[in-house]
Amino acid sequence: MRDDRLVTIQAGFPVGGRSPAFQEDPLFGYVVRRLMSSVLVILLASFAVFAIFYLGPSSPAQPVCEGSGRACTPERLANIEKSMGLDKPVLEAYGTYMKGVAVGREVVIGAAEYDCGAPCFGISYGTRGEVTDELKERIVPTILIAVGGSLVFLTVGVGIGIAAAARRGTIGDRALVSGSLLVSSVPYYLLCLLAWLYLTLKTDIFPTTGYFPLSDGDPFKTFTGLLLPCLVLGVASSPVYARYSRGQMVDTLGDDFIRTAKAKGLAGRTVLLKHGLRAAIVPIVTIFGLDFGTLLAGTIFTEKIFDVDGIGVWGLDAISPPQDLPVLTVTVLIGAVFIVVSNLIVDLVYGVLDPRVRLG
Amino acid sequence: MSETNPHPTEAKPGQVAAAASAGEPYLVVDDLTVKFPTADGLVHAVSNLSYSVELGKTLGIVGESGSGKSVSSMAVLGLHDERSAQISGSIRVDGKDVVGLSDAQMRRMRGNTVAMIFQDALAALHPFYRVGAQLAEAYRIHHPSASRKEARKRAVEMLDRVGIPEPQSRVDDFPHQFSGGMRQRVMIAMGLINDPSLLIADEPTTALDVTVQAQILDLLQDLQREFNSAIIMITHDLGVIAEMADDVLVMYSGRAVEYGPCKEILTHPEMPYTWGLLSSVPDVSSDPNARMIPIPGTPPSLLHPPKGCAFEARCTHSDKVGGDLCATTLPDMRAGGRGQTHLKRCHLPDPDAIFTAEVLPQIAPELAASESNQSSEES
Repeated sequence: MRDDRLVTIQAGFPVGGRSPAFQEDPLFGYVVRRLMSSVLVILLASFAVFAIFYLGPSSPAQPVCEGSGRACTPERLANIEKSMGLDKPVLEAYGTYMKGVAVGREVVIGAAEYDCGAPCFGISYGTRGEVTDELKERIVPTILIAVGGSLVFLTVGVGIGIAAAARRGTIGDRALVSGSLLVSSVPYYLLCLLAWLYLTLKTDIFPTTGYFPLSDGDPFKTFTGLLLPCLVLGVASSPVYARYSRGQMVDTLGDDFIRTAKAKGLAGRTVLLKHGLRAAIVPIVTIFGLDFGTLLAGTIFTEKIFDVDGIGVWGLDAISPPQDLPVLTVTVLIGAVFIVVSNLIVDLVYGVLDPRVRLG
Repeated sequence: MSETNPHPTEAKPGQVAAAASAGEPYLVVDDLTVKFPTADGLVHAVSNLSYSVELGKTLGIVGESGSGKSVSSMAVLGLHDERSAQISGSIRVDGKDVVGLSDAQMRRMRGNTVAMIFQDALAALHPFYRVGAQLAEAYRIHHPSASRKEARKRAVEMLDRVGIPEPQSRVDDFPHQFSGGMRQRVMIAMGLINDPSLLIADEPTTALDVTVQAQILDLLQDLQREFNSAIIMITHDLGVIAEMADDVLVMYSGRAVEYGPCKEILTHPEMPYTWGLLSSVPDVSSDPNARMIPIPGTPPSLLHPPKGCAFEARCTHSDKVGGDLCATTLPDMRAGGRGQTHLKRCHLPDPDAIFTAEVLPQIAPELAASESNQSSEES
């Protein structure tokens, strides 16, 4: 049987030209292949994002031209476009952009020149600072909110789902399901506003919301500042997880191997968690991975209402006139990267969680 | 029902007539009724079922889907959700009534003194745990003092015992890495890991091809001889019954309809449903172009069981019973002309004669011919 398996694994690879590592460890080969395809997807996404904005109807030079204080004549606009390299074909411009990401470049905006070090995503038209620097600052609160919110909705949501599935058909089940339905029927922006109004503005339960950088040297303040946004995000997302994990658990608890676990003489809790949840968790992890990628791409409402300077608000500000194209590009790009990466991680974790797909 | 058995006609085959519970078989199911309340009404899954199994013996339970075979044996392990099942009657395991025991008390018995093996081992084994871990878990839950190492050793030992080659390495494989027959052996190893006195095998060979099926049945018989355990073999395959069983219980629509020693039931069945089962078995020696004889119709709804005999609507012999007795009165489970150990639930006055004259020529013409020769010689 073991030998059979090895043969199938080897047969799965094209013959010849493969390093021994591929044959020795199928998982390694799988990871390498998935990594390479992920990089390809990110490159394609970055080109698409770049091309959309580059070829779009509004010229990136327009805000620069208008913001310079002098009258923006078509002649001046053309000059600025030329100085920024916007008159070149899109592929060439993309090449310049990607070269900047790799090794850095000189960026010219109107009359000004900037030295932009690698990885260079351009210079913000608004702040005239390096986009990369601001990205590094902005990504921290977004990651913190995504992680904190996920912790809340995973524990609350999946916990409610398991509890409801274990009580399937009882009043407790119905109370949990309709309770989560109630929460999920409140629009998210309203929930944010209500939480902010009643928990921050009118009472002192969460007096200081907002993002206080870790570099301020007060981690506790950072924590309390982000606590409410994380809680609101988590509570708002937990109904989805509650109902999804309830459904998965109900399905799993009807499976034959649960009956086997009971027939062994295992206690109800062991059957529920060790046997039930272990099997039900796989699709939950899949959904979570994709959601987490989306959260990392920015949580616009949460950041806006709770005054957190994260990726979401950054992108929102960049799209409002005067548009800040380098910022907009990088926020969309980083979103794509996070989603591709979380997809990759989901696939790899899936192989670990479900031994049947290990050789994918 | 007391130990002194006030209904001599309901005597169980093999049961010692003595009242002392010491002489009672290992498992005694007495007047078991299982009902499931549903939105549509009460489902009468098992009604007034009685049977018993002694150590070292095998009881075969046959019947079609929904006849209550699995429901009744799952009740022995207390596997029904108490919120959704109403159970009455008594199930005595080693003299102790387990109906109404708390879950904690039942857990001590489950997988330990009474174990169950299920059909479709691929679904019945957890897909994400190595078989060794699943076996070891079954062992350690009833041997809390055993270390992981000991439990693993025991798991390897059991895999070896059920004939899995290279158990030392296979113990770390996942269920999906085994073939169907090997997987069923894993299931059996898990059932037997705590040396149960009673093993309930719920269609253990249904999903397997006949050669593997024969190996599994041999294995079960070997292990039974070795451990002297009682086995309940649930199946719809009369071939398995003929091979394995000492006693046979035929169930229909949640009730026992015929019960007795295996040879007796297979050669002198007295209930038209059992005749139907025997008639629908394909026979390699018969004409390959001959049509199989199915039992016409479908079983009655368990929601609204008929007042009379549940098989009446499908029975081709009910006209031999006077009046509308079959439709109005449920026959008792009682002994007929073939001795106290052979019970049947039927109004027919002389079923053995009808079987010999009408049914046997259809299913085994040459056998019928020899029997009629015999009887003519005798007369």
